[in-house]
Formats: sequence, structure tokens, C-alpha cells
Amino acid sequence: MANILSPQVAAEQPLAATWQSRLFRSTLNNRSLTIGLLIITSLGVVALLAPWLAPHDPYLQNTANRMVPPFWHDTGSWTHPLGTDRLGRDYLSRLIYGTRISLFIGIVVALISGLIGTTLGVLAGYFGGRVDAVVSYLLTTRLAMPVVLVALAMASLIGGSMLTVTLLLGLLLWDRFAVVARSATQQLRDAEYIQAAQALGCPLHYILLREVLPNIAGALIVVATLEVANAILLEATLSFLGMGVQPPSPSWGLMIAEGKAYMFFQPWVITIPGSALFVLVLAINLLGDGLRDLSAPGGRNE
Amino acid sequence: MSSVAHHLDPLALELCALSKTFKLGGGMLHKSRTLKAVNDVSLRVPRGQVMGLVGESGCGKSTLAKMLLGLTPPSAGDVLINGKAIVNANQKALARHIQPIFQDPYSSLNPRQRIAQIVGLPLRIHGIGTSKEQAVKVEEMLDMVGLPKRAAQQYPGQMSGGQRQRVAIARALIMRPDLVICDEPTSALDVSVQAQILNLLLDLKDEFGLTYLFISHDLAVVEHLADRLAVMYLGQIVEEGTREQIFTAPRHPYTQALLASALTPEPGLGVPDIGLGAGQPDPTQPPSGCAFHPRCPVAQPTCSQQAPTLSAIAQTSDQATRQGNQARVACHFA
Amino acid sequence: MSNQSSVERSTAPASPLLSVKQLRVDLPVAKGTLHAVRGIDFHVERGEMLCLVGESGCGKSMTSLALMGLLPRKAQINADCLNFDGVDLLTVSEHERSNLRGARMAMIFQEPMTALNPAYTLGNQLCEALRRHQLVSRKAAHDRALYLLKRVGISAAEERMRQYPHQLSGGLRQRVMIAMALMCEPDLIIADEPTTALDVTIQAQILHLLRDLQQEFGTAVIFITHDLGVVARIADRVAVMYAGEVIETASAQALFHAPSHPYTQGLLRCIPTPSKTLPGSRLQAIPGVVPSLVDKVEGCAFCNRCDHADERCYSTPPLQTVADRHLSRCHFAHQLANPATINAQEVTL
Repeated sequence: MANILSPQVAAEQPLAATWQSRLFRSTLNNRSLTIGLLIITSLGVVALLAPWLAPHDPYLQNTANRMVPPFWHDTGSWTHPLGTDRLGRDYLSRLIYGTRISLFIGIVVALISGLIGTTLGVLAGYFGGRVDAVVSYLLTTRLAMPVVLVALAMASLIGGSMLTVTLLLGLLLWDRFAVVARSATQQLRDAEYIQAAQALGCPLHYILLREVLPNIAGALIVVATLEVANAILLEATLSFLGMGVQPPSPSWGLMIAEGKAYMFFQPWVITIPGSALFVLVLAINLLGDGLRDLSAPGGRNE
Repeated sequence: MSSVAHHLDPLALELCALSKTFKLGGGMLHKSRTLKAVNDVSLRVPRGQVMGLVGESGCGKSTLAKMLLGLTPPSAGDVLINGKAIVNANQKALARHIQPIFQDPYSSLNPRQRIAQIVGLPLRIHGIGTSKEQAVKVEEMLDMVGLPKRAAQQYPGQMSGGQRQRVAIARALIMRPDLVICDEPTSALDVSVQAQILNLLLDLKDEFGLTYLFISHDLAVVEHLADRLAVMYLGQIVEEGTREQIFTAPRHPYTQALLASALTPEPGLGVPDIGLGAGQPDPTQPPSGCAFHPRCPVAQPTCSQQAPTLSAIAQTSDQATRQGNQARVACHFA
Repeated sequence: MSNQSSVERSTAPASPLLSVKQLRVDLPVAKGTLHAVRGIDFHVERGEMLCLVGESGCGKSMTSLALMGLLPRKAQINADCLNFDGVDLLTVSEHERSNLRGARMAMIFQEPMTALNPAYTLGNQLCEALRRHQLVSRKAAHDRALYLLKRVGISAAEERMRQYPHQLSGGLRQRVMIAMALMCEPDLIIADEPTTALDVTIQAQILHLLRDLQQEFGTAVIFITHDLGVVARIADRVAVMYAGEVIETASAQALFHAPSHPYTQGLLRCIPTPSKTLPGSRLQAIPGVVPSLVDKVEGCAFCNRCDHADERCYSTPPLQTVADRHLSRCHFAHQLANPATINAQEVTL
């Protein structure tokens, strides 16, 4: 009988799209991810281009022009679209420069704590046994410490500054990274591709960095976004309490603190930096939620 | 690299009284229990043969495979590959002689790497050839396992189970090892694909002169592939012999029960009544004497008191012994 | 409820217990619609063991879930006829369906641990299975549970009744599942790969038990499996599924001795059989892979892997009667059913 259909050729299934292109498509389909990404990108651009975008020097004081209200007030003007503070500094410029501080602290804290937490978590998950016991002990100890109180106490000992806040928060916020990295690694440890790599004689750093890490990265990125948001809020808190970024730096938390005496008569002095903080943290959380949906099982609809 | 070793020893693999004991549990409050996953296993695998290793879940066959691959150190005993002990050998040197093919093609490939990376990994780790030469070798190897060229750029998620298992085989063979540990390589595959993979394994064995340790619970597959067979029960080998010896004249009651419960596709025969008691006993509390006696249909009082030793069956000729063909069985009444 | 059904039972004694005509199950997926089951026909007689055999993704589990009404919510099901002993399973209300489930249709799953509630004792769950559907005393339910546990070969049944699922081994759990399925004396048991997760010696014991009880209680069983060895040993009739279709139905004897669909023939050739295949020889594998069932599937789904395929195979083959109660969905069914022509073809190939 004639064999008109070659089974070998017909057997090859059409190629499915690569996971990158699928990722791209599902990113667009995910509304919270798109919105979060859009806001954060624009705030990032604002932070980078601050010197060109800011209409005035954020540090320039002008006591003749104190407490000018924003443009939507009757007495407001477009020279200072968001008004001026009690020292006559342009509020919009301070807000724009404040973006730099918030984003910088958020990202650097997430990087430091991510590095610490992931290292500890991966090691604990991969080796188990005694290493795991030690890491778990560190983790419990860390979870028993109230972050704000410890940060406040330490900052008052060392003296508050942007550097201290960043380092302190970086050293304090690694717990979630460690928990997630540990449990994700534990699940992977017995995967057969890890065993195959071990049987090949792959060095430990290869196995941890190339086989384990890429497969737990999805979960860690979600944690990272949430920690960025957390760090930004904590920085604002510490600055508000006077133990964070020191004046005259234009930190949003500090702006709120400086405005608190006026909040019943000129509420915009705290609502403006407060809203900025709210929008940024919301955007980061949206991004984190979106990323979690993407990396969740079934999220790729295979 | 391996051709030097080829002519030194007729045995590709030899296990001498190999044991592995795990400590389970054991915290501040309760005593830890010991689990003898592998208990005093000796086995000789001649070069170029397929040694089937059969047993039910929890009999220690996977732990045995891990020890051979150097993934877990034995508690006692020696593993000799090409006549050399591996216990203190470095993992890289070992990797050139022995490679695994795992059961689950879905978990044996890193989902974040392209097929070319996965198959080329052994070459990169061992620094064999330039990256161009490596790419050529990867392509050759993919061709040998029957995968198209473009597969190299794909991710495991884009492949079927059978194709993934071909990738796993390519990765195992790219360094031309002497010995391949096949740990249930077809049990996660559909029957029509299983036949493709078994054919491939047979072809590659001839092509590269490989020795297989083929672990499986599927007796039909083992009978098709294996030259020799070892049957494990609760961490011990209870019977060993050639395929003919085991399949035509099994001596141990457990082997007999295993063979009886294998269901061949022959209608009308019905389901055999194999008269074994309940399931396996708790491996942390193995029965006294012969570990099989609580389930054994022909057990006698001595069986619960005295453990039988795995000894050669008397009738085998001297010649067979010299060729390593002798059959062994661990039963008082075999 | 039980009155009504017994009336129906008596009115139609000759009709099959379950008849399925043109059952379709569609699942929306990211890339389109997955046609998991594509118009299958089969029926189950009272007291018979029907094996539904096929490879992964062929739709056999979807079929069983459709019968039990346990499909995922987004799945779309339609059929010309889905009749269980006079009850239309397509239009039945959720309340009536849950009365059927357990009482007249029971299911045994591959992994009993997922079907047993870890928080309750076995005795509790067994009795509950009966008391949910029938008005019986606690004592009567307890007695029946005890009787069935003994009947499925569990020693120290009284003690086991007080144990929790995690205290049992896999084989014992599957025995408990069988006992639980039998609590209400159902007319139909759907067993979805009940022995796949078990060791071979345990598998033989469980199959033996299931076959014995099925004959003793006169229960009809739909046994879903991928293992042709199991099928050969326990089935009365077999329905072979491929790519969402039933491609051949026949008695077990006819299917194994005179398969008439190229897929069935290929399956039987590619498993190593001790007496037939020479050890170490090449197996006759079926080349290629199962086609994707997403979106439209044209013609015969097997034609890309089939040695016999020609132009005709671009059109969907009809279900042809090859012999008495032996149906095959292939254009060449009649030729293939006759072994003489097969041999001649193999020579020419």
C-alpha cells in the first residue's frame, strides 16, 4: 500500500511559542502588571531626569515666599505649581528629587536584603540538615525583632542618614527572601535535573547559580517588589520620626514630618507627598501582584 | 578517555557488600530509627551487558543507583567501576564513566535552559573542546537520538515526553560513558513511545558498546532488554541470574510471585492469585530471619529465625562461574 | 428516589445500564479550544467490565469525569444521549446527581489518598458513604462496613475502622476505596487507573479482588487504564480511545486476537510480550506523536502515524461493524480485520 503521508514528517508538532514571547503576551493581558509597570517606569524617568524636570532648586530657600499654596488655590501661581514649604522651597522640585530618594532606598534595600535572604535560603534549602537549622534559627531570631523599633534604636545609636537607613533596612528585611528561597529550593533539590548536574560533577556554584537560581527567580522577583514597597514605606516612617534621611534632603517622609504642624490649615503640605507615596507603593504592589499571577502555576495556561 | 580502561577489566561494574543506612527522625524527644535502604548488596555486571534490577517501590533500587552515581556515599562496602573503587574518586572523573537516565522526563531537564545548553552541559563542565566543537558534538548527539536539528534551540516545555527522554539520553551519552544507569526510563511514557525509547536504548548500546544497569518494575520490559537480572526485596538481592534462569526457572518465592503477577496481554488467562500476604513490612523494622517470610507462601519456622545467604546455585558449572554466569539465590528452600 | 429508580429499572430490563452517544467535552485553553472528547459512542451492560484503554491525553479520564458530573466548571459538555438507567445525565439537577453519585454510581481513583479525608477515621467515612444515601441505623452501617472490609481482604477490620487513612499502605487504601465504593451497592463503578500507583504484586491482588467482587455483586465497572496487560486479564469488553475518540470496541478476546484498527494493532505490537517478541530485538514502535486536539482536527486523527493511510484518511472514518459487537473507526477496518490481508500487506511493505 502506498504510504503517501510520511509519518516522520507529520509527527513533528508545530512549534509552540517560546516562553519569552508567551511571557510578553501574558504581560500585556495582565492589567495590574501593565498599570504598575507604567507608573513605575514614569516615576523612574522622573527620578533620573530630576535636574531637568524640576523647575527650581529643591534646596533654595526663599523666606519671602513661604507657604505658597498650589496652583488650584485662589492664591496659587504657576511659578510654584505645587506651592512652597515653610522655608519657601519649591514643593514640586522637592517632590521630584524625593522620588530619587524613595526609589534609591527601595531598590538598594531590596538588593541588599535579597542578596542576604536568597543566599541564606538557597543554602538552607539545598543542604538541609545543620545548615538549615542554623538558617532557621537566624530567621526566627530576625522575625522576633520588630523592624521599626530596632531600626529606630540603631539609627539613634549610629545617627540617622540615608546610608544608615539603607543599610539598616537591608540588614533587616531579608526574612521573606529567605523563607521563599528556602522552600522553593527544597522543592527543587530532588529534581532529577539537579541530580543529573550533580552526577556530571558540576561544581556547587554552578548548580546553585545556574540550575537552582533561575528556577526560583520568579518567586524571588515577586518578593523583591513587595520588599521595595515595604522599604519605601519604612524609610518614610523613619524619616518622619526623624531617624531617617536628614534635612534638608527632600525625602517624602521628611516632607510630611515638616508639614505636620500646618496640616490643619494647609493640608496640601502633607497630602501631596502622602499621595506621591501612595501612588508609588500602589504601583509597586500592582507590579508584584501581576508578577505573582504570571509565575503562579497555571498562569501560563499550558 | 575510556578506551584505556576498556581492556583492563571484564567487569564494568562491581558492587562489594554495599550498604546504605539512613537515620530517620530523631529529635530531642524521640529516638531515631535506622533504615537499611541497601543491605549488603554484591553484584557483578560484565561489560557490554544489560543488568536488569527489579523490585517494588521501597526495595532500595533507587538508593543503589544514587550510590553508583556518587550522589550519596555508601555506609559500607565498595563500588568498583572498571575495576577501580569510586568511593574517594572525584565526581568529575566518575562522571566520565557513569551517567544516569532518569524516570521522569518532565523533571530531568531544567525548564529554563535550551536543549543545546542541556545536552552540551557535560562538555562545558569537563572543558572538552571549544564552544564550536561542542556545538557540533551536540548536533551529532541530537541526530543520534533521533531529534531534529531545530530541537537544539527549543526549551523542554515545548517537547513531548518521548522527545524529552531522548534529550536526557543525549545528555547522558555525549561524554561516551561506559556505564549508564537507567532508572525506570520508560515508566512515565506511553506504551507507543516506550517502544521508541527502548529501541533507541538498544541501538545506542550496540553503537557505543555501553553497559546498562536497567532499573525497572516492568518485568516485560526487563525481560526484553536484560541479559542478566537481579531481584531486590527490602534492600537485599534475593535472586540473581541470567534472563533465561530467572524467567524460566525462578527459584526464590518472591521472584516467582513477581513473575506471576506480571500481566501479559493475553486475554482469557484472568488475574493470577499470587497468594502473597499484605504489602511490604515497614522497612525500618524488617522481619527477623528472611525478610520475605511474613509474605512467603512456603515459609517454615526456620525462615523467621535464620536469614538465608545469597549463595550460588549448586548445579551451575565451573565454566559458568568463571564467566560470571552463575545464578544466586537467597532462600533456604531454593 | 430509590423507589423511582427501581421502577425505571424494571421498565427497561433489556436496555444497557449506561449508553453514551456522541459525547463531546471541550475545554477552553490559552491557544483555543481543546477538544478533549470528540463525539464518542459506547454503552455499558449491566454487570459487565468495560475497559476504557488509551494513552495519556486520549480523553479517557475526561469521559469518566463527564459521566460522574465532576468536570471542571469551564468545560463544555454535550451529547446526543447520556443515559444512565433511564436518567438523562445531561439534564439531571445537581441535587439528583449527588443522589446518584455514591448511591448508584461510585468512583475509585488512582490515588486513594486524595479521595479519603485524612481527618476522619475509615469507619466514619465508610458509614457516612452509606448513611448519606440511605436511611439506616448507625449499627447497620457499621456492620456493613465491617463486612465489606473483611470482604476486601483487610484483616483486623474492627481495628482498621478506627484508623486514619495515613496509617494504611497504598494497597490497603485502595482496598478501602473499593469497600467504600461498594457500600451502597451501586450499579456502576468507574475505576480510573486504580492500580497504576501500586506495585505489581499488589496490583495483581487488587485486580483479583475487584474482578471477584464485581462478579459477586453483579456491578458494572468502567475500568480506565493505559495498561494492555491489565485490560487483557480483566475486561469483558474493551473500548480503545485515541485522540478523544473511541476507535475500536470489541470483546477482549476479539480485540487481542483480531484487532481491526491500525492503532490497536500498533499498540499490541509495540509492547514486549515474552512468547512473541525476541529479547533484545527491535520493537515495532508506532512512529510520531499524538496530534494536538486544540482547535479543529480534520479526518482520521491517527493518519499521521499510520502505515495504511491514503487520501481517504483525510475524511473522518465512520464507525464500521467488523464482526458481531466489534466496531472499528477506520476506512480499512474490513481489510485489516482479516489477518490474511495484513500478512500480505506486511510482505509488500
